[in-house]
Amino acid sequence: MADTMQFDLVSPERRLVSVPVREVRLPGTDGDLTAMPGHAATIVTLRPGIVTVVDAQGTATEFAVTGGFAEINGESVSLLAERGHARAEITQEVYNEMMRDAQRAHRGVEARRESVGDEVVAASAKMLGDMHALGTHIGLDPNQSTVPE
Amino acid sequence: MPSLKALKNRIGSVKNTRKITKAMQMVAAAKLRRAQDAAEAARPYAERMSAVMAGLTAAAAGSEGAPRLLAGTGEDRRHLLVVLTSERGLAGGFNSSIVKLARQHAEELLGQGKQVAIMTVGKKAREQLRRDMGQFFVHHVDLSEVKRIGYENARDIAREILERFDGGDFDVATLFYSRFESVISQVPTARQIIPAVVEEGQGGDSASALYDYEPGEEAILSELLPRSITTQVFASLLENAASEQGARMTAMDNATRNAGEMIDRLTTQFNRSRQAAITTELIEIIAGAEAL
Repeated sequence: MADTMQFDLVSPERRLVSVPVREVRLPGTDGDLTAMPGHAATIVTLRPGIVTVVDAQGTATEFAVTGGFAEINGESVSLLAERGHARAEITQEVYNEMMRDAQRAHRGVEARRESVGDEVVAASAKMLGDMHALGTHIGLDPNQSTVPE
Repeated sequence: MPSLKALKNRIGSVKNTRKITKAMQMVAAAKLRRAQDAAEAARPYAERMSAVMAGLTAAAAGSEGAPRLLAGTGEDRRHLLVVLTSERGLAGGFNSSIVKLARQHAEELLGQGKQVAIMTVGKKAREQLRRDMGQFFVHHVDLSEVKRIGYENARDIAREILERFDGGDFDVATLFYSRFESVISQVPTARQIIPAVVEEGQGGDSASALYDYEPGEEAILSELLPRSITTQVFASLLENAASEQGARMTAMDNATRNAGEMIDRLTTQFNRSRQAAITTELIEIIAGAEAL
């Protein structure tokens, strides 16, 4: 079996990354998982978090994603994320913006609790929590962004 | 016969027009390249998305309890037409052909006694539909401030559509936009987005059987359906942007050529009149000299 597989990180606007890798650690909605060559074909949804990619030399690169899904099969991992950034690119500003989106979405859902149901509200609250955790994890302040009322 | 002065002015003004149309054509050509690149760059995401969706929907479409975005509301009475056009004119038949298709569609639906609601994106659709379809307008999205179509624009439009769907405003949603075939050919297209159309024979059975889904198939499906709609809106916006520039480029090329022809014709006419004037003067002089 080959020791590497193809990893693609694709946003709706363009392909961000396309490299051969040895393993990919993904923040799945139901828990983290690591995909290596020969992994069973799986489609998994992601929560906001850090994706770690390890290349053939063993160098790890990290990306932050705000959710999306990944398509894993034996030879490749394709990650479709609405937003994806290399970890180094995430400044407080970028993060604030991401946080703002999540807050706004949550507020919107909460306002329509009647029509969408509690489950959706809980899901968006969890999303917001995950975003919060993501910021803390990479050492940024999650409390800086505020949504104008 | 217009005077020499008038002809000269006219030639000058047509020359100015030609300069403008030429400039617009070149601008459109440059923008077209960018729009095409953007459409190209967005393709991997859309392709993956539709491949995964094809697998999922093929499996879920028949089953009970499929999400409403896929199965529909069980009715086919109220239709939402989302008409995507540009903010600016001078793009040949680009806007009118989209509007024409949408109007045909709306009239057909109305003829069948169905309800129609229209959501317009871009100023031109609104202007052209206002007179006869104005009473059906429910929402308008203004993109005139947007320089480059981004995913956020698509997300806003999709959110608006989804909120209305969740609110029970309509049963079927259809997008109207122009598919970019080539610089000289853009095809106005209607694409139904709600309920989602199951694409047949696109790796449907092979893909769905192979994959494990985590969380379950249905959870993924209900998460992906709204995203897939956003992606489709985004793809349509990008196609539309490329089509608009393509159409404008062709239209301006024609306009430039027309102006050129007109200048030639007017110049010939100008020269003839000038020659006629000279000849008349000569005849007068010679006749005068002979009379002496």
